[in-house]
Amino acid sequence: MPAQQTPKAHDGTVSGRVVLDAGDISRALIRISHEILERNKGAEDLLLLGLHTRGVPLARRLADNIAQVEGTTVATGELDVTMYRDDLRSHPTRAPHRTQVPAGGVDGKTVVLVDDVLYSGRTIRAALDALSDLGRPAVVRLAVLVDRGHRELPIRADHVGKNLPTARSERVSLRLVETDGEDEVRIA
Amino acid sequence: MTRHLLSIDDLSTADIEQIFTTAAEMHDVQRREVKKLPALRGRTVINLFFEDSTRTRSSFEIAGKWLSADVINLSAKGSSASKGESLRDTVLTVTAMGIDGLVVRHGASGAAEQISRWIDVPVINAGDGTHEHPTQALLDGYTLTRKLGTLEGKHVAIVGDLTHSRVFRSNVKSLVKLGATVTAVAPPTLMPAGVGDWSKTAGFATSYDLDAVLPEADAVMMLRVQRERMSGAFFPTAREYTVGYGLTRDRLAVLKPGTPILHPGPMNRGLEISADAADALDSVVLDQVSAGVAVRMSVLYHLLAGEETSA
Repeated sequence: MPAQQTPKAHDGTVSGRVVLDAGDISRALIRISHEILERNKGAEDLLLLGLHTRGVPLARRLADNIAQVEGTTVATGELDVTMYRDDLRSHPTRAPHRTQVPAGGVDGKTVVLVDDVLYSGRTIRAALDALSDLGRPAVVRLAVLVDRGHRELPIRADHVGKNLPTARSERVSLRLVETDGEDEVRIA
Repeated sequence: MTRHLLSIDDLSTADIEQIFTTAAEMHDVQRREVKKLPALRGRTVINLFFEDSTRTRSSFEIAGKWLSADVINLSAKGSSASKGESLRDTVLTVTAMGIDGLVVRHGASGAAEQISRWIDVPVINAGDGTHEHPTQALLDGYTLTRKLGTLEGKHVAIVGDLTHSRVFRSNVKSLVKLGATVTAVAPPTLMPAGVGDWSKTAGFATSYDLDAVLPEADAVMMLRVQRERMSGAFFPTAREYTVGYGLTRDRLAVLKPGTPILHPGPMNRGLEISADAADALDSVVLDQVSAGVAVRMSVLYHLLAGEETSA
């Protein structure tokens, strides 16, 4: 339920304290880019797959960073997991977002799933199911900007921008320039 | 979103747009190796058809199966109904088996709505008499939106046996909601009674002159001459119908280049549509069929996958 983990400031009011500012986010993404390259021993066969909504711009930023370091372009894509969620029945339906994978597909690739906030792990479970319907990657890894804990499934991230210890009652709100006009992570 | 889909009236313009957005995603699934989404896993959908149908029934069946629902086809024709069971008893019996959705086709106008009052599960109208066929109109609108970009301000000619056509009734409503200008073209004998008042309130034009309408059209929808619904003589001969209202090779030439030609099928080649038109580069008849599965997946998803809404 990313919508609940990362409440957007619908009414324009921004509450809580800033835990990551634009500079922190940028540095975290640069570090994750290097980690991905190090782990993969280069940019070969990499596919950065962003999870809707905010994982998509994050995947693009990681790809841009990698392009600057390695001088090669890295494939990116978008994955929507709406149809694979285990809580479909408890919400009104909404139209799924675009799922887009480069022409080469996911077979044999090192797929890095990119998401904004890792919380219960249920979105990632759904993403793994969605991914297996698209093909058979050689390796699947997970990169997240914020890990706020409280996992409900045996899932962990390979690359974490910031570990953020939270209480379940707290709300983590992650905003990005592409979707919200500014880069910021707040906790309230 | 609506609980039942009985008529295009059940949908707002925003609903239709949401159905199209979802259908576009479903369309991509059609091209995948694994054509399966888990959204309706564990749900059971019954296709209850009191009238012959191949394409609509199989389209709903494929749509349900690709969403992982269990789909059961019941042809009520020649079974319980012919043994004297009432429609209500048939529907209550089928529903008592524990289903999650009912797709109904029936020869009587209003049958789907009547059924929706008897049972507690979502009902999708797959054609009721000469009343409505909402999923056909949605797939036509979706096909046109993909071809033309938008329907806003586009001129769609709907031509043929309008009196007997539920496809026409549903399409007029949805195309007008999507911002299109609609002209209904038919011989006077096949123009629905009372169309004058209806066209004024619904906001579409009528014409008896196909040749005057065609050069202006951005899309042409040819409808089937439904001989099985005709009890009287609506036109002297088939030849005469073709001369006045068939999409012949000569008429094809007056269309603007790239004008999509639609037909809901099954086509009477040589009667309302010539082979030249049916197989023309701009014919989207097969696009309609593939869009049909995507749009029905979208409708099943929106009606059956989400939170239970009380009736």
